[in-house]
Amino acid sequence: MSRRKTERLLSLVVCLLSAGRYLTALQIREAVPGYPESFDAFKRMFERDKDELRELGIPLQTGPAAGEEEIGYRIMRTAYELPEIRLEPDEAAILGLAARVWHRAALDRAAAGALLKLRAAGIDPDPGTEPGIEPRLQTGEAAFAPLWQAVRDGRPVSFAYRAAGRSAPDVRHLEPWGVVNRHGRWYVAGHDSDRKAVRVFRLSRIEGPVTFLGPAGAVTVPEGTDVREIVREWDAMPPARRTAALRVRRGAGSALRHRALSERPDGEGWDLVEVAFSDPGWFGEHLASFGSDVVVVDPVDLREAVIGQLKGSLA
Amino acid sequence: MTARDDPAGAISAQGAQGTQGTGGTRGTQDTRGAQAGTAIDRLQRLLALVPYVVSRNVVGLAETAAAFGVTERQLVDDLNLLWCVELRSPDPYCPIDLSYEGGEIVVSQAESIGRPLRLGVDEASALLVALRMLAEVPGLQDRSALSRTIAKLEAAAGEAGAVAAQVAVQVDGRGAAAATATVRRALDEGRRLHLSYYVPGRDEATERDVDPMRLLVVEGRTYLEGWCRRAEAVRLFRLDRVLDATVLDVAASVPEAAEPVDVDRGLFRPSPDDVLVTLELAAGGRWVAEYYPCEEVTELDDGRLRAVIRTPDTRWVVRLALRLGEDARVISPPELAARVREDAAAALAQYS
Repeated sequence: MSRRKTERLLSLVVCLLSAGRYLTALQIREAVPGYPESFDAFKRMFERDKDELRELGIPLQTGPAAGEEEIGYRIMRTAYELPEIRLEPDEAAILGLAARVWHRAALDRAAAGALLKLRAAGIDPDPGTEPGIEPRLQTGEAAFAPLWQAVRDGRPVSFAYRAAGRSAPDVRHLEPWGVVNRHGRWYVAGHDSDRKAVRVFRLSRIEGPVTFLGPAGAVTVPEGTDVREIVREWDAMPPARRTAALRVRRGAGSALRHRALSERPDGEGWDLVEVAFSDPGWFGEHLASFGSDVVVVDPVDLREAVIGQLKGSLA
Repeated sequence: MTARDDPAGAISAQGAQGTQGTGGTRGTQDTRGAQAGTAIDRLQRLLALVPYVVSRNVVGLAETAAAFGVTERQLVDDLNLLWCVELRSPDPYCPIDLSYEGGEIVVSQAESIGRPLRLGVDEASALLVALRMLAEVPGLQDRSALSRTIAKLEAAAGEAGAVAAQVAVQVDGRGAAAATATVRRALDEGRRLHLSYYVPGRDEATERDVDPMRLLVVEGRTYLEGWCRRAEAVRLFRLDRVLDATVLDVAASVPEAAEPVDVDRGLFRPSPDDVLVTLELAAGGRWVAEYYPCEEVTELDDGRLRAVIRTPDTRWVVRLALRLGEDARVISPPELAARVREDAAAALAQYS
């Protein structure tokens, strides 16, 4: 059954590609074996076949068939064919490496499909030597697939979102402009139609399904938008403009010493280390994690932040 | 049809018959066909198969089957199907002519499907996003090949490649650049490395000799995979935690038994010696469940979470709990909860 369908679809593709003009449904039935006798049954099957070809990315066009009143169908070879592409062996090896990036992730099948077509264009992407590097992208977040589709098709979405530190999720409405993976986490950036501003959302904080709100093409990404930059700015740490003086136990705190502005002995078994920081809240949490190996000397607000943090652990 | 030779040539009568299946083998063949996908998947393969052969002039059955991930038997069935395609109008003709005599495929008539179909949006995006991600990876030696590949693929993809600009991947290269060049050199030259490596969970800088195996880029971070001579085991080293790296004048020797990490199963493998730690996290500490792989996560009231983390070393959990303050509570094991309180009390004592 499935073999006959493959045969019919293949004949249909070859027929429409080689006709060089628009063919009516009836002309197609004449030429392509495998359609049923009954006109209604043929019509239904032909409709499904057209959908399947379009789904596969085959550019099926409609237009006036010469000398006929009915609408006709054709596939332009220029629209169908992959343009000429030649890769040097080193380029082909890189391509093979790139196709492995999505292994077991959302666009895995798409990457494999692309590779198949490029092989068919005469490219051999199998590296002769091991590249010595194995890159992977993970898309564990359930929201990735629908948001990628929304970005690809330009459709607005809504979803329940639990912002950092919030105890309950909110429903948000977004015109998505792009998805960005930054340091291993996925974000979506776009125009938040409730807040009427650009917003960034972390995919792992989206709860439940993503709902499509409009038709394809409803979202226009403003000219010159750089989603990567939007997410980078949103995620960036404020510049470290303040200096903290810390007593650090000798042999401990190498992460702090590594970024120290200055470092000198300060009594038996201790050093005085100066480090730049920006936010006393965040940096205070970091310093609390060193326990009794680090003591804040200055400034006072950072000292208070660490004390508060440690008291929290005792509460 | 009768005017043409059978695609398998003189000896092929048997071959062709074989693909029709004889008695016992038929059932298995059908099952395999079903596993190979739907009629659409097969159509996709056939549309690639013809140009695959055409672009190579002559190509072996075995090699082609491997490239398409099918058995030789399935491939022969595909070739027979292509050969059987027939159009009836205006005059009956067979658009595709091919042979696979002696295990060598030749397509003598490809009609209109001699070139592969264009890349779809998902396909073009998958490769372009991945290539641009590679451009971010510290330690990829051949940047010129990479940018040439991106340019050629963009040109071939045309409009289908445009959406890829709306997906970006940024790999964490902070602080990793210096170490990367050294590590890359050791890999290329097959030499041993000396690493000064920071273990944040223990707040320790450790010194060790490592025989490098390869670089991994997972979850936005770059790791060196190598045989650690101190641990006598395969270890992963995050490049941004390498404080200092030196290439030694010794050839790397990775034991035969050293098993590379299966990147697709997660970098960190559970061990029977692991401890299960249960944490209760307030809303401000929920990020912990996103950040660390958890065995189990349960929603509690008020946006709180209970998370169970499996770890070989509880020292970093103490540090994590101190950093979280009132946003986290260690529930079990009880001795770990006690340790957090002792450490917090000892630290506070220094401020009084």
